[in-house]
Amino acid sequence: MNILLMGNPNVGKSVIFSRLTGVKVIASNYPGSTVGYTKGYFKIGEEIADVIDVPGTYTLEPTSEAERIAAEMLEMGDIVINVVDATNLERNLNLTLQILEKQIPVIIALNMWDDTEHRGIHIDLDKLRELLGVPIIPTVAITGQGIKELGESLHMAVSPDTPIRTSDERWATIGNIVSQVQTVTHRHHTWRESLGDASVRPFTGTAMAAAILIGSFFLVRLVGESLITYVLDPLFNTLWTPVLLKLNDILNGSGFFGDVLLGHVVNGEINYVESFGLLTTGLYVPFAMVLPYIVSFYLALGILEDTGYLPRLAILMDTFMHRLGLHGYAIIPSMLGMGCNVPAILATRILESKRERFIAATLISIAIPCAALQAMIVGLLGQHGIQYVIIVYATLFVVWIILGFLLNRFARGLSPELLIEIPPYRLPPLRIVVEKLWMRILGFLKEAIPLILITVLIINVLYFLGVFDAIANFTAPVITGLLGLPKEAVTAIVIGFLRKDVALGMLAPLSLSAGQLVVGSVVLAMFFPCIATFTVLFRELGLKTLLKSAVIMIIASLLVGGLLNLIF
Amino acid sequence: MPGNKHIAVSKMKPGQTGKIIEIQGGQGLTARLGALGIIPGRNITKISDMLMRGPVTVKSGSTQVAIGYGMADKIIVELN
Repeated sequence: MNILLMGNPNVGKSVIFSRLTGVKVIASNYPGSTVGYTKGYFKIGEEIADVIDVPGTYTLEPTSEAERIAAEMLEMGDIVINVVDATNLERNLNLTLQILEKQIPVIIALNMWDDTEHRGIHIDLDKLRELLGVPIIPTVAITGQGIKELGESLHMAVSPDTPIRTSDERWATIGNIVSQVQTVTHRHHTWRESLGDASVRPFTGTAMAAAILIGSFFLVRLVGESLITYVLDPLFNTLWTPVLLKLNDILNGSGFFGDVLLGHVVNGEINYVESFGLLTTGLYVPFAMVLPYIVSFYLALGILEDTGYLPRLAILMDTFMHRLGLHGYAIIPSMLGMGCNVPAILATRILESKRERFIAATLISIAIPCAALQAMIVGLLGQHGIQYVIIVYATLFVVWIILGFLLNRFARGLSPELLIEIPPYRLPPLRIVVEKLWMRILGFLKEAIPLILITVLIINVLYFLGVFDAIANFTAPVITGLLGLPKEAVTAIVIGFLRKDVALGMLAPLSLSAGQLVVGSVVLAMFFPCIATFTVLFRELGLKTLLKSAVIMIIASLLVGGLLNLIF
Repeated sequence: MPGNKHIAVSKMKPGQTGKIIEIQGGQGLTARLGALGIIPGRNITKISDMLMRGPVTVKSGSTQVAIGYGMADKIIVELN
């Protein structure tokens, strides 16, 4: 049996889903935070039913990829839990009536029930039940209120006789229902609403955006650097180093195993960045260099997501983003990309046209480095001076803009205009922020760390077999001639296909100049995406578009790398 | 109130409210706006607009929506 959670975007479906099934999913305060298909289980009577978190949709006549998926999923539903935003009854009922027309048993979760009171909204529940003919359970998903009752009432879902209406008839019916069940008392503009209005006016909005983005940047740096300096570096140096030195004695510092586990130990000193053993660099890179910035970046992003600020940023950026062939909402996948390109490319589903998705995904995979790579850029290049880090970011930003201009000029098709719902500002409860951050950290630990260790192992094996030397000699004209890097740097570009953070780390032992490291960082960021991004690009865009993207990536990275080499 | 001025949402001033008279677009546009509750007969309040024909933010019922300038140009209201 399939139970579908359906409703308008941003009404709390994912939170209810998590509560019902215990499956943790990422939920945010903007329309379109769920773009895929998430399944969990719920025991209804004796039967174990599948519960599916369907992407939000305003209508069953879809206008975007995510909405198309939602409309298709309805076909396989046995029960629909229609999640309705109690503070926005009128608009939400449009979808409710459309679902009822499909003759599938429905139960309504009237969510954000606690919000109605301070908004001066009163809803006559019994009357609404009578008019719609289905059970209605008031819920507050974020606190869990009403969820138990919702679960216990699922078997009461019914499919009342509902005539098929035209759009006009439907809205007339809704108007009639709302006038009978809802009374709204007048109240003053709240400070959140005033703040909301100010953030979408040109001048106050731009000032706020600048303050928020700069604030987030400093938050990311402060938290990331503090974690490294005060927590992780001391942990490695005082606790882990003695263990490794002991192991070094036992292994007697030589042989294949010594190389693989500890890497190159020079004069009994362990260099966590350069030695490239599984237990040295293999652990230090993910835990002490990358993880701190994963924590700080996702903390800042989570706050931006849950307050509801991102759609407002989309409005401010809209005019500019149209120059890149996108509309303002593309800023959301782009910002997600600064964490990891994989969810970012999935999130491009919130864009309506194929053309926009191609442009957005290509720009993300070329010009937006993920948090892991950024952490390594800051960690390695930062030692030479912050100005070099700024050069890398400035270069990537310019690439993002120029490439966007070009793609907009040459990619076929039209990019539609912006049309998005702006959610109210909300103060996310600390528990919710921490829970979401924890999920993302766990995701990194589970997915990235094994791959990082495997990558370090592969590097050691390939070195041992001398494969890298062969590649290095073969590609020397491009790497040395065009990019001005030592020929061994090609190994980093090859390994970049697996993990970009480890790849950049491979440049560390080559004693490059700051200029060479700048070239290396930019080329690694722009060149071929990592295998995870590559896979998701293939799944989302298809082989033909992926190949187009890949050709653009290779040409652009060599071009920009060559130019930088000439400058430095 | 017949005789009141008919203008496009793009031309309204922030803070003004009007009743939607018609949507001068194809079925696609009418459907997309309709799904968000922007339909003829409803009141719509303009909240803000951006420079250089940027998107327009409006409120209809308790829903706030940002609409591209071109679309806002096609929504005709009668000012209250």
